Amino acid sequence: MRLIAENLGGERGGEPVFSGIGFALEKGEALVVTGPNGAGKSTLLRVIAGLLPVAGGRVRIEGGGEDFPSIASACHYLGHQNAMKTVLSVAENLRFWRDFAGAGLLSVEEALETVGLGGIGHLPFGYLSTGQRRRISIAKLLVSQRPLWLLDEPTAGLDKASEARFGGVMTDHCRQGGVIIAATHLPLGLDGAKALVMGETV
Amino acid sequence: MWSLFLRDIRLSIRAGGGALTGVIFFLAVIATIPFGVGPDLNLLARIGPAILWIAALLGCLLGLDRLFQADREDGSLDLLVLGHDRHMLALTVLVKCLAHWAGSVLPLVIAAPLLGLFMNMAPIGIGATALTLLVGTPAITFIGAAGAAVAVALPRGGLLISVLVLPLTIPVLIFGVSASYGAVADPDPFLQPFLILAALTLFLAVLGPLAAALALRHGTD
Repeated sequence: MRLIAENLGGERGGEPVFSGIGFALEKGEALVVTGPNGAGKSTLLRVIAGLLPVAGGRVRIEGGGEDFPSIASACHYLGHQNAMKTVLSVAENLRFWRDFAGAGLLSVEEALETVGLGGIGHLPFGYLSTGQRRRISIAKLLVSQRPLWLLDEPTAGLDKASEARFGGVMTDHCRQGGVIIAATHLPLGLDGAKALVMGETV
Repeated sequence: MWSLFLRDIRLSIRAGGGALTGVIFFLAVIATIPFGVGPDLNLLARIGPAILWIAALLGCLLGLDRLFQADREDGSLDLLVLGHDRHMLALTVLVKCLAHWAGSVLPLVIAAPLLGLFMNMAPIGIGATALTLLVGTPAITFIGAAGAAVAVALPRGGLLISVLVLPLTIPVLIFGVSASYGAVADPDPFLQPFLILAALTLFLAVLGPLAAALALRHGTD
């Protein structure tokens, strides 16, 4: 699987935010997007996912096979919000996304163990702290199988130990042939990741 | 898809859900009408089906603004839109509509016979009105979904949705009420308006979700 962006441009409310972004990611590669606030990191991720229209250039996926013909079908998008319902329990939330997005390698309980929150599946999502909520949405990446992860500030609110654990989760994903694009201000602990610095040429 | 239906049903009956708001509004409107109109039992019986239908229509519109807005606020909507290749977005919207109807509007239909008694309606009239509500209210939800999808990004879109949707629901109201009257007033037909009402619901079950899906796809920001 290859993800290729050529001369990609994005806009928000008619204003161009970035343009001329190009990269090619092979199986197992990661791209860390950095840049000051307002440089267009989140917009770039939303353009790649197809949630915002492409303002110029193009982005495409190659060799996704029958299961993943388009970027939208091949990606996990982890945005600023966690996409969880506060009144439902953690396990109910994860089970819903597992059913909706297709079952992955890990069960809900195993995914919760992986992010270090085993045994809290029965709690309502609204009772959890910010960092715990973020870890639950990381668990959501694991309950369904997608080769491409689009992560928007994935470690916001995480403590040091959880950051390190998440670094391990991402490294495993890359080792299994996945592709990661992460927008962040914090070091992610991804060895050998490509870097894209936005907002310098503008 | 079934899991989406179950999730939305669960959300509507858990704390903060909209299951009871519509029913309570419905009850409040019907309970006040006799005080306003006066104790003329014949008049109440005559306007009963129309009042039930109008109150049910407004009750249906009440919770519609949360249909997509709640999902948008917590980021779920992005993922539902991205799931388009796996579950066609229009189908996702249809399932959400059905869950919304079963969670928030069905209680209202179930309460309608009881409230029909408040209006001194004949048993056959009550039955006919409840039946037309059962068949006709999904159409209101389907039209409302299109309105809710257009207004999803607006912070106080509830009123706008009502204004957008109300004119489009008028045919449903007309055929619903005329079928209810057809059951009690003898020369008027029941079956024809009832069948048109059923046809409207089926027609809008396709058109509403398609329009809503289109609006949602172009409304992400």
